[in-house]
Amino acid sequence: MQLSFKSRRLQAGRKRAALPSTLVELEKGEHGVLERLDLPADEARRLMELGFVPGSPVTAGLSAPGGDPRVFRVEGSEFALRRETAARLVLRQEPDERLR
Amino acid sequence: MSDCDSCPAAALHSGAGGTAVASHHTVAVIGPPNSGKSTLFNRLTGLRQKVANFPGVTVERHSGEVRLPGGDEVTLIDLPGVYSLTPRSEDERIACDVLNGRVEGVPRPDGILLVLDSTNLGRHLMLAGPVLALGLPTLVLLNMADDLRARGGKVDVEALSRELGAPVLLASAREGEGVDEVLRFLAGTVSAPSPLDLPVLSDVPACRLWASRVRVQAGYSAPQPPVWTRRLDSVFLHPFFGPLIFTAVVVAVFQTIFTAAVPLMDAVSWMVDSSGAWLGRVLPDSPLRSLLVEGVWGGVGSVVVFLPQILLLFLFLGVLEDSGYLARAAVIADRTMARVGLQGKSFIPLLSAYACAVPAILATRTIENKRDRIATILIAPFMTCSARLPVYTLIIAAFIPERPLMGGLLGSRAAAMLGLYVLGFGAAVMTAKLLKSSILKSHGAGFLLEMPPYRRPTLQSLALRLLDRSRIFLRRAGTVILSVAVILWLLAHLPLVDGGAPPLDQSVAGVIGRAVEPVIEPLGFNWKIGVGLISSLAAREVIVGTLGAIYGIEGQGLETALRSELTPGGAVALLVFFAFAMQCMSTIAVVRRETGGWRWPALQFLYMGALAYAGAFVAKRVAEVFIS
Repeated sequence: MQLSFKSRRLQAGRKRAALPSTLVELEKGEHGVLERLDLPADEARRLMELGFVPGSPVTAGLSAPGGDPRVFRVEGSEFALRRETAARLVLRQEPDERLR
Repeated sequence: MSDCDSCPAAALHSGAGGTAVASHHTVAVIGPPNSGKSTLFNRLTGLRQKVANFPGVTVERHSGEVRLPGGDEVTLIDLPGVYSLTPRSEDERIACDVLNGRVEGVPRPDGILLVLDSTNLGRHLMLAGPVLALGLPTLVLLNMADDLRARGGKVDVEALSRELGAPVLLASAREGEGVDEVLRFLAGTVSAPSPLDLPVLSDVPACRLWASRVRVQAGYSAPQPPVWTRRLDSVFLHPFFGPLIFTAVVVAVFQTIFTAAVPLMDAVSWMVDSSGAWLGRVLPDSPLRSLLVEGVWGGVGSVVVFLPQILLLFLFLGVLEDSGYLARAAVIADRTMARVGLQGKSFIPLLSAYACAVPAILATRTIENKRDRIATILIAPFMTCSARLPVYTLIIAAFIPERPLMGGLLGSRAAAMLGLYVLGFGAAVMTAKLLKSSILKSHGAGFLLEMPPYRRPTLQSLALRLLDRSRIFLRRAGTVILSVAVILWLLAHLPLVDGGAPPLDQSVAGVIGRAVEPVIEPLGFNWKIGVGLISSLAAREVIVGTLGAIYGIEGQGLETALRSELTPGGAVALLVFFAFAMQCMSTIAVVRRETGGWRWPALQFLYMGALAYAGAFVAKRVAEVFIS
């Protein structure tokens, strides 16, 4: 798991030198900690009710053919989000210790 | 939004707002989607439940009676699945209003059965805050205990109960575990909850913090992720096999509707015909016999024939939905739907619309985005519903000779039928694009759907679904269709000439038909077709019965009669007209109810009518060029 994950990161090259900055950039199986939701209050609230709250770890899962929408696992539940929504969910930049 | 924050607070003061009309207790069942609420409800009420709509709004309501060991009865109301009591979607508004006793005709519940998924307690506990804040006696039921244990999770029920200040029960609705305790709760009077503390309800992060603190106090350890769901998802959402399976499922649904349903429909049709013939023999020759046999039996019978087809479709959809596959199908369909401005959740209603637009429109309730929902409602009637089939079948059989096409792969009649399906689908896509780029343009909030774990559908839940649908369908047949059949029969038999029925062209129906003839003449329709068209405003399939009555013949004879009545160009025009026009009172009624006014159904009716007229006008001329 760890190995495959590392190699995938290497393949991604310079683009992936930095940590993923939004949910969109997470590879399948990779996870990050949510920092904030750059969405209108109403939409953000809905997502938070489902568990997408700042501070929660979010894991990327499978996607529909073509990569959109993608399934994300949060709080033990899975939700499908469109790319445009996932791009507004910003990840925390400090490396999460659980990734090591 | 402001309304939402006031919801729990208002509850503390507006106890008198509810008009308690029930002589016995009413208990509301509430919980997040996929918490197994309905399974519990079905287990408790069984066949003693009914479906109704909440007065004034569109949300379907199941309510049922539970007989307690002592002999008393309690009414259970199954509220829609909600993530919070923030009334944003129609479902949440209803849940909130019912719990506060603000829905007329529904008494304020005396207690609440809060159903949470024990395998997903982290998130589901967030709903407990606002529900407990209502101050009604509440039993917190942690459902799917069997799953929790099997996957190695655990929870300290007593500690949780202490934190929440309300009784907590670990149960499994599917296995029947804990049902006795639920009955005891329903029988007894539990005091109002007194949680140790409550979160600030308007602040979601605070609510969540509260929920996670409670969870820790209750010693909750989440179960392992369901292995089978992972495995199945890697197949159903596979980049190659996923779409393949999706296509296979859609094709299988169609195959079932159009082939497997045929013997069943033939059987129903045979029963209707033979009972009608029997009735014709035993009754003395009189206007009453004509009314009963031609009007009631012919009219209602022509619709009841579709029951097996509709039930099969619902059986299919029920299995897909209960198993969890439908959510995956919506994910796969999302990209394609996005191209016409809609979203994955619109896919399910549009698929149902191939059986009937009415349940399809009810199924749009799951679409949170109001504009997407209305757009889906507006295009659903373009899908070729089963009521168009008898019309298509009759006209195609009369005008298109059976010839093999594409090296015998497809017959010419099947090709014509397929063409009409494509035509309706094309009109739907075009209309969706038009709507979503103009009056129903929406921004953001595209698509958000929970992927429930896969579960085996229970026979009971499927059976209850089908029972529901049969009741709704037969009620419609017994009211709308029956009245139209009787009115039509009267119009065709009045005014009396020499104490008997008049020749058709002198009857009221004939006079009306002649009045509209100038309008439909450019489409190649004469006044008899006009009478058929007017009668089919009630329901499309009625035209077959009407034409049968006009010519006084059926089956082969009717086809021959049609050939002398319509030119081939007129026949094509008639097919196109039926593909586009909104000829269904039930659909109009349900659209009015679902959209809360006459604006959308009126727009829809005029738009579809104009398209049908223009389409038929063009089709006639194009067909004439090709034929000559």
